[in-house]
Amino acid sequence: SLDRFPLGEKRLMDVKLGELGSWLGKRDFTPNGVLASIRNGHDRYYNKYINVKKGGIGGVAMLLVGYVALSYMWEYDHLSEYRLWEYDDLRVPTTYSIIHLKAL
Amino acid sequence: MTLSFFDQFMSPTYLGIPLIAVALTLPWILFPTPSARWLNNRLITLQGWFINRFTQQLLLPLNLGGHKWAALLTSLMLFLITLNMLGLLPYTFTPTTQLSLNMGLAVPLWLATVIIGMRNQPTAALGHLLPEGTPVPLIPVLIIIETISLFIRPALGVRLTANLTAGHQLIATAAFVLLPMMPTVAILTSIVLFLLTLLEIAVAMIQAYVFVLLLSLYLQENV
Repeated sequence: SLDRFPLGEKRLMDVKLGELGSWLGKRDFTPNGVLASIRNGHDRYYNKYINVKKGGIGGVAMLLVGYVALSYMWEYDHLSEYRLWEYDDLRVPTTYSIIHLKAL
Repeated sequence: MTLSFFDQFMSPTYLGIPLIAVALTLPWILFPTPSARWLNNRLITLQGWFINRFTQQLLLPLNLGGHKWAALLTSLMLFLITLNMLGLLPYTFTPTTQLSLNMGLAVPLWLATVIIGMRNQPTAALGHLLPEGTPVPLIPVLIIIETISLFIRPALGVRLTANLTAGHQLIATAAFVLLPMMPTVAILTSIVLFLLTLLEIAVAMIQAYVFVLLLSLYLQENV
């Protein structure tokens, strides 16, 4: 079983919840290690979705949607100050309705 | 209250990293390196076709000395067109709306063409300042005018900034100002927004192309 493997080399899904802290401590967070994990992740995504015989638009589209989500998260503080219109009616609370320009 | 009109062009910071850093590195991920295989995947095939066609078209008017610039011009074109088109997605940031970036691209490249021309063929480079067949009395004035036009060429960068900023600003105005103020004609405003988006797509591609084309033109004169 997977209990016999050294902790730092197990994949995330195989680590038990109690071991999470010590697993994080053993991972390689040096710049080289971070770059290696980024390259690893990129290769796995690329080989699964793009580098296939009959790849469609899905591989790139998922990446772009992820980028949109990332940008939204990045500028949430800035966006949360937008308000589409002020309600005159006192019974309706003013809600933050964010309809961004390009999302229309 | 609504914030000022130009807030969309600020690059917000998260965890200390500005969004422009993410936006600038994304084109790198979108263009994979072709492998040594004979038949690659569809993305690389499309990308290779586009790059080959574009480079071939671009280098047609340039002589052999200008062919050294092929990699630079094509990668510049890919970079600009990707940045512009990605900026049309919702919530994304367009780095080419920043004048600093565009001037940073335009001024060194223009200066390089000028210096190459002056160094390798100074007579011909200076000769460009006077078009053929000008009447003799006009010569002093024309030389001054052509010198000014030579120095105004870095407006390449300003052109890119202005076009993209204007397009995005139009869309923002239509969405944030027109739509809330006149909800009864919302259909018309939606049509306006749709057409503006189409225009933006066209402008994005055209502006990138114009930038690179003019640069190759300046190169052609000087190389």
